[in-house]
Amino acid sequence: MLCDVCGKNTATVHLTEIIDDQMSELHLCEECARKKSSQMEQQFGLSDLLAGLADIEKPPQEEKESNVAKCPNCGMSYKDFKKIGRLGCSECYSAFKKFLYPLLKRIHGSSIHCGKCPPKTGATKANKKKMDIQQLRCKLQDAIQREAYEEAAIIRDQIRQLQEKEKKQEG
Amino acid sequence: MQLNDLLSHTSEWLKGTGPHSNIVISSRVRFARNIEKLPFPHWANKRQSKQVLDMVEEAMKNIDYLKKSTLFKLADMDSLDKQFLVERHLMSYEHAQKSDSKAVIIDSEEIVSIMINEEDHLRIQVMQSGFNLFEAYNIINRIDDCLAEELSFAFSEDWGYLTACPTNTGTGMRGSVMLHLPGLVMTRQINQVLAAIAKLSFATRGLYGEGTQAMGNFFQISNQIALGRNDTELIDNINGLIRQIIEQENQARNLLLTQNRALLEDKINRSYGILKSARIISSQETTELLSLVRLGVDLEIIKDINRRIINELFIITQPAHLQKMENKKLNQNERDIKRAELIRNRLEKAL
Repeated sequence: MLCDVCGKNTATVHLTEIIDDQMSELHLCEECARKKSSQMEQQFGLSDLLAGLADIEKPPQEEKESNVAKCPNCGMSYKDFKKIGRLGCSECYSAFKKFLYPLLKRIHGSSIHCGKCPPKTGATKANKKKMDIQQLRCKLQDAIQREAYEEAAIIRDQIRQLQEKEKKQEG
Repeated sequence: MQLNDLLSHTSEWLKGTGPHSNIVISSRVRFARNIEKLPFPHWANKRQSKQVLDMVEEAMKNIDYLKKSTLFKLADMDSLDKQFLVERHLMSYEHAQKSDSKAVIIDSEEIVSIMINEEDHLRIQVMQSGFNLFEAYNIINRIDDCLAEELSFAFSEDWGYLTACPTNTGTGMRGSVMLHLPGLVMTRQINQVLAAIAKLSFATRGLYGEGTQAMGNFFQISNQIALGRNDTELIDNINGLIRQIIEQENQARNLLLTQNRALLEDKINRSYGILKSARIISSQETTELLSLVRLGVDLEIIKDINRRIINELFIITQPAHLQKMENKKLNQNERDIKRAELIRNRLEKAL
């Protein structure tokens, strides 16, 4: 089978595209496939998608702030992030915290971590308590989404109890 | 361990054992981890990338779990070696593109692989044969704990593990399961199933991960959400979904057997016949025919070979494997001839 694009070389890459339920097949030689794939990347990369998500509905004041925000550790600006779709280092997460909250929420449907912690972090007592509260917050979110309001109320009270305990201990 | 030692060895995930191995090829869990403050690979300069590589290489020496593992630097590999590792699912296609300060750690059983300086500083993955995500999770968890003793991982209490791409932030975990679904494809139900999977925020990919098309009825399904749920919950969710798909695939296979047995047996035996007698065969045709023969083994229509031989053939007929076995560069025509020869030999030997 010859390449659908150049008609000269043997087609070795077989591409199936599905656009709006319409399936089309393309048989390409290696060279044309490479061209096609770089085209596709230009058309629609993950970075565009993320950048798009990062860009939705920001109040003007925040828009201004986000235009000048820069990570002091690695020098990445929020503008860079919007272009690339990747953060520069772990400290970018603090530098762009305000703008990342809604983005993470949009991607994951939540913006609170309640999974594994590195053993070193989990070791201290204060941290453990904080993670317990975090876990409950996740459960609360989940219960509300499922419209299980009775369960949500119980979890809410548990969180309050833990927070009060924490305050007392600190005081 | 040398890279070539892997040639004579069957990867753990290809053994064709484990729960539901008639439908589930393999289960994989991966963790994305980064070292605090050091720029992520795409943003790091050469010195910083080298620093990450050195730190991991040093850390590895102190970890008992990785005593039987070997670190291979991509700078020391030729393009064939790299493709060979991609074909074995020990590293990603993206990882193979550039070599600077990149490496991959592989254990001798090919259960664990750790890519260094891929999209994140570390991409740890653990593979198991069959439907076995929890076992893979338990292994990766222990390795991750050991690595965390040696390296300061980027972690925030609010957002969990911090990764280059915000889609991985949180657990940094992705669980994925490789399924063989010829029944759902043949009964034309697969598009419905894939649409349902997408709605539940899971991703479907082809045999070689991101960006590859589904070939030979193989589908890789993984979670997309990484934040807001704990690791075991995420795995439970995938498991629940996979169990349903297994159920549907079984039903589809039964339907084919009861309603169209002659046609099915004909298709399967013809495929087997072509594989046993072809003199020139492309890798795409091979994958498609092997898929049908695998179904034939699962349904006991073909009784004289086992699943492991079929699984192995999927991998050793890939271009880089063929060339490594022949120990020379082969062009496409030469490969197609060698491939046909290899398949005939293996199937004959198995009888």
